Amino acid sequence: MATNDPFDPNVNIWDECGETSEASNRPDHFIDILQSPLERDSQEFLAKRAKEEDGPGVGVSRALESAVMRNVFGSDLNRRKFLKAVGSVAAYGILSQFIPFDSLRAMTEDAVKNIEKKKLKVGFVPITCATPIVAGHALGFYEKYGLDVEIIKTAGWAVSRDKCMNGEYDASHLLAPMPAAMSMGLGSAAQDWRMVTNVNTNGQAIVLANKHKDKRDPSKWKGMKFGVPFEYSMHNLLLRLYVSEHGIDPDKDIQIRVVPPPEMVANLRAENVDGYLAPDPFCQRAVYDGVGFIHMLTKELWDQHPCCCFGISQRFINENPNTFIALTSAILDATATAEKADQRVHFAEAMAPRNYLNQPSAILKQILTGVYPDGLGNIKKVPDRISFMPFPAQSMGMWILGQLRRWDYIKEDVDFAKISDNIFMSAEVEKRMNLMAEHNKNIKWTDIPDTKYPVYDIYGKKFDPTKINDYINNFTITRTNG
Amino acid sequence: MKYDRIITAALLSVGFFLLFLAVWHIGTYQEEHTVEAVELTSEQVAILEEAGMSASDKETYSSQGLTFDQINQIASMGLTLDDIEMAGGLEAFGFTTGGAAEEAKTGFPSPALVWEEAYYQLSDPFYDRGPNDKGIGTQLKYSLFRVGMGFFLAVIVAVPLGFLIGMSPLLNMALMPYIQILKPISPLAWLPVALFLIKDSEKASIFVIFVCSIWPMLINTSFGVANVKNDWLNIAKTLECSKFRTAYSVILPAAAPTIFTGMRISLSIAWLVIVAAEMVIGGIGVGYFVWNEWNGLNLASMIFAIFIIGIVGLCLDLTLGQFVKIFSYED
Repeated sequence: MATNDPFDPNVNIWDECGETSEASNRPDHFIDILQSPLERDSQEFLAKRAKEEDGPGVGVSRALESAVMRNVFGSDLNRRKFLKAVGSVAAYGILSQFIPFDSLRAMTEDAVKNIEKKKLKVGFVPITCATPIVAGHALGFYEKYGLDVEIIKTAGWAVSRDKCMNGEYDASHLLAPMPAAMSMGLGSAAQDWRMVTNVNTNGQAIVLANKHKDKRDPSKWKGMKFGVPFEYSMHNLLLRLYVSEHGIDPDKDIQIRVVPPPEMVANLRAENVDGYLAPDPFCQRAVYDGVGFIHMLTKELWDQHPCCCFGISQRFINENPNTFIALTSAILDATATAEKADQRVHFAEAMAPRNYLNQPSAILKQILTGVYPDGLGNIKKVPDRISFMPFPAQSMGMWILGQLRRWDYIKEDVDFAKISDNIFMSAEVEKRMNLMAEHNKNIKWTDIPDTKYPVYDIYGKKFDPTKINDYINNFTITRTNG
Repeated sequence: MKYDRIITAALLSVGFFLLFLAVWHIGTYQEEHTVEAVELTSEQVAILEEAGMSASDKETYSSQGLTFDQINQIASMGLTLDDIEMAGGLEAFGFTTGGAAEEAKTGFPSPALVWEEAYYQLSDPFYDRGPNDKGIGTQLKYSLFRVGMGFFLAVIVAVPLGFLIGMSPLLNMALMPYIQILKPISPLAWLPVALFLIKDSEKASIFVIFVCSIWPMLINTSFGVANVKNDWLNIAKTLECSKFRTAYSVILPAAAPTIFTGMRISLSIAWLVIVAAEMVIGGIGVGYFVWNEWNGLNLASMIFAIFIIGIVGLCLDLTLGQFVKIFSYED
């Protein structure tokens, strides 16, 4: 996704109400007829600049130029009129006299040079949740921010955690509750990790084996075995929430076992589990392989729930602050692009090869476009089956911590707000997101809440983080009393 | 007579293999499914048109053999042919196939399919399409390196230690219980511990090879050393050989065949272990290759990889078998 060149009169670099850019809609074949010498020079100039697009740091320097142009002209219409009248070459010349674009560029190149560590290793588990991380590599988002990232496929979450803690990965695709669990030393040694952004929201489903087609009522699930990808996962917490709301005790009435995502379908086929709450593509894959059906999407439990995140250690942030900013920007840019409906097919195709998710592209397309068979003979159309909303809201952190407490993963009462504040980087990421949106009109965020603690509707219950204890104690099945 | 038997055995081997292929082929044989166009009644066409389906879409669907119910479902969702294409095409919805392809997808791959995969893989065994997709040759190289390292370390530790244990009945009795307890522990049980302690997945997998291949060598070496014929030791004694000379010129050659047999067992175990360890750790290696194909549920390349693992294991075993032959002697 190229940033728009602020010296191109035919593009809109920042949105203003009531302004449309008709010129940019002009079909290409008119250009030759309409072109004056002035325009031709401009075209060449712009083409030359467009070629620079691939270079490291250009995204940043275009953003800076856009910001300058905005201050000079006040409105996009003025900017375009001016560029059309004098031509892009002259405009650049005139403006350069007053504003040191070249040294600005040098400054941004410096910023790229200041990246402490260019070669990075980022881990991922091969699931569609990792779309921004994987497609970030496949579609060149990391290069755009001056980084040389190698993404390493990882077999499961426990190995991911260990490789993160061993320092083999500089950053990693993690499950949203994992940075908290790792920082608090739940199930491992304690090491400070941060939940930087959501790499996806929604995107999970409860899948049941075909033989349970008549067992759609969860209160009849006693004695069944379910797979979740990890203990400290939204999958585990959401499955527990779902069955317990139907009177099933997740610790006593059913068995929840940890199965790495890639092994889910094989286990379902072998009748090792009766169903699972797992990430895609392994939900749709069960349908594709004819071994299971989609009972429900987790979106129906909590719309826009967090799932997987981009995690990084506090130590890495301290040691490589500029790298951290560049990496976060690359991930945010990829996340924003993945959310666009017109990009979904492109992303699905980019992620299909062996090096990435190693799946038939048809399955990935079904998941990302949200048009899919559910295994019961129906076609469904749910465009936000998986969404890419990066903002790591404090309320998400609070809910996760609250549920970890509810199920006794956290053994004692703790200051949820304080822990969440430490781990979920909402303040820093909000700043970064706003900055990016300001400079790149292609990026629009819809998920930044007005308040620090937005209230969510989660499976019929209101979750207000400011009254978290009331919420936790409002469940009939709970482990808080030990 | 002897050559006759070899030839007969070889023919029988080939026969067994062909029989195996034939059973496999028949077991996985599937008739090709032909698509029959479906005729829609004018009433049905009217319903579809009412739902806003374009005539060309409707024709494509019916010529692909979709039933009216299926077409109607698509129409009522307001999906165009483009939408379906974008979502992976009709076949991915299991529509055009009437269930036959569904079986094909879940079914076991045919020998031809595995052969195709093998040909594809072996025609460019060292390709590199990024850190998570390298050719089978590269994967084997990494696995063999890990096995080699772990095995080499195990030899360095096990042979001298086994010598000591073999020469000292006291040490033997003191250490044997631990060796017997440690010997049967699965590599997969060691792996998380190794990862935690060593904090490096590469070294951890080498450690697991080391720890799993050390025991047979240790036990065999000590056994071989302890069971050197007393006559030979007595002769060495009467010739007033030094302890070191006895160990070097009498015990070592006498125990060599047993030691090499131990190494042979160890190497087979190491090769078993590496596949398991790499499946858990991931990254690169033949075990990772199997795991990566499992994650894509791509059975054909898994079977290909299984063959390769078997063949490489055989080669390793034959190599050490030669050593055993060289050092063996007759009384």
